[in-house]
Amino acid sequence: MLEIKHLSYRVDGEDGGVDILRDVSLTVEDKKFVVVTGPNGGGKTSLARAVMGIYQPTGGSIFWNGEDITRLSVTERAQRGISYGFQQPPRFKGMKVRDLLNVAAGKEMSHDSACDYLTKVGLCARDYIDRDVDASLSGGEVKRIEIATVLARRSELMIFDEPEAGIDLWSFARLTDTFQEIHDKKEATILIISHQERIIRLADEIILIANGAVAARGSVEEIYPKIIADTVTGCSRLEVDRKC
Amino acid sequence: MLNEIQKNILAIVADMKGTGEGAVNIRSDGQKAFRRNTEHIVIESKTDKDGIDIRIAPGTKDESVHIPVVLTKGGFKDMVYNDFFVGEGADVTIVAGCGIHNCSDCDSQHDGIHTFYVGKNAKVKYIEKHYGEGEGEGKRILNPQTVLYLEEGASVTLETSQIRGVDDTKRYTKVECRGAGSEVIIRENLLTHGDQKAVSEMDVFLSGFDTKAQVISRSVAQDASAQIFYPRVSGDNKCFGHVQCDAIIMGSAKVRAIPEISCNHVDASLIHEAAIGRIAGEQIMKLMTLGLTAEQAEQKILEGFLR
Ligand SMILES: Nc1ncnc2c1ncn2[C@@H]1O[C@H](COP(=O)(O)OP(=O)(O)OP(=O)(O)O)[C@@H](O)[C@H]1O
Ligand SMILES: [Mg+2]
Repeated sequence: MLEIKHLSYRVDGEDGGVDILRDVSLTVEDKKFVVVTGPNGGGKTSLARAVMGIYQPTGGSIFWNGEDITRLSVTERAQRGISYGFQQPPRFKGMKVRDLLNVAAGKEMSHDSACDYLTKVGLCARDYIDRDVDASLSGGEVKRIEIATVLARRSELMIFDEPEAGIDLWSFARLTDTFQEIHDKKEATILIISHQERIIRLADEIILIANGAVAARGSVEEIYPKIIADTVTGCSRLEVDRKC
Repeated sequence: MLNEIQKNILAIVADMKGTGEGAVNIRSDGQKAFRRNTEHIVIESKTDKDGIDIRIAPGTKDESVHIPVVLTKGGFKDMVYNDFFVGEGADVTIVAGCGIHNCSDCDSQHDGIHTFYVGKNAKVKYIEKHYGEGEGEGKRILNPQTVLYLEEGASVTLETSQIRGVDDTKRYTKVECRGAGSEVIIRENLLTHGDQKAVSEMDVFLSGFDTKAQVISRSVAQDASAQIFYPRVSGDNKCFGHVQCDAIIMGSAKVRAIPEISCNHVDASLIHEAAIGRIAGEQIMKLMTLGLTAEQAEQKILEGFLR
């Protein structure tokens, strides 16, 4: 179980500090499929990065399976079963897709299992396994390879940051099937940051993050109508609700 | 015949087990240590100066020549001239490479001047690795010069790398693509550490019609080491040239890249790109999320970059 308690993240800005996350508390139960959504700049990525250890929060704590991991390094969290697919994955000159998957798996992977992971994200393994993960790959290709590295880690908690971004319709369908399958087989806890209705509708629970705080959380039935209403009215109900 | 130190260096710089296969010339501490000719490849010692002539018969296919140099005597200075005559239509791999083992407090130095005359439609892959080891205070110095003349339709790939432990190096590479349709690919990988210095100069002349050159330089400068690159490409006919210098800088190292392209013909098309920077934090973070420590992540990134 992932428990986030009173998490805050503040960075130094030009005129004083900027609060990126304010007093965020939430829990994610084991093997659940949770979608985090909300307006751009709301703090979703910052939250995910704080959970992974890439950002060091300025307040609060994070517990994973009962252990306080707030001060642990990214590596230690990865070794304890947390993984994160970047919103904007970095590229590596000279590193092949196969190398990256091997690092993810922590061992030399067989050709077949490397292919399996690529297939799960809609990539034809034969064409990609020996490609460099550099600027020669398209945005959508890099993004899908990024997701494959998370899958290859087979962690207990998989966090994906906008896995749909830049991905074509066909690969997207393949990807949602993959998420659904992991969930159905109870292989992992899935936390997906997404703006996509199709992914939101798969969720056991939706967490709405706006202005660095949890604005609402609940089932798809409870939350989705709210989101739609906001879109339709063109004004943010969340902001009205929070009177800011 | 070969001791363990020599065998180890040969394995590192020329991927050789013992005396390897095909045509071979091993030079150790200024002496011929071993030579083997084949039906199509004949190696002869020069009579007027130190060095060898390597004659590859026209039409020789899928053969290799290994000509590694090993220096194990501290304070030894060596200078050789090796000339390669690659016959028309030949297709060969040439593996050079120099390893210095210096346990003394005097400098050890090897300067090699390699000149290639590459015949019509011949294809050459030239692999050269430089490496230094040994505990002595004495420096390990390597100054290679590589000069190539390409005839019509000839194609050469140069893969040169300085792996570790070379204190001082001045490299000079000159390529003249004289023949129509000839092309060259130069891949240079360089790693410096400690307070090592490396300078690499290159002149590529695309004088033949429809010639091509690609220069890909990848380097890593660690600690307080310093590197300078001067790749120069000149297009004197319809041609295409691309120079790409990429360097990763670490610690207090310094890297200068000064690529120069000169077009002297309206159909010459030349491009250069140069980028120097530290390893991106996001790259390290990404590999850490895959379970590597920061040090392992850095090592992995450098390995790939210099592959
Ligand atoms: N280092 C920083 N300095 C200043 N502001 C920052 C910094 N990092 C993030 N921010 C700001 O924090 C806010 C939250 O960013 P974050 O990336 O977490 O948003 P997000 O919810 O993931 O948005 P999106 O949907 O666009 O991906 C943004 O307004 C962003 O500009
Ligand atoms: Mg984001």
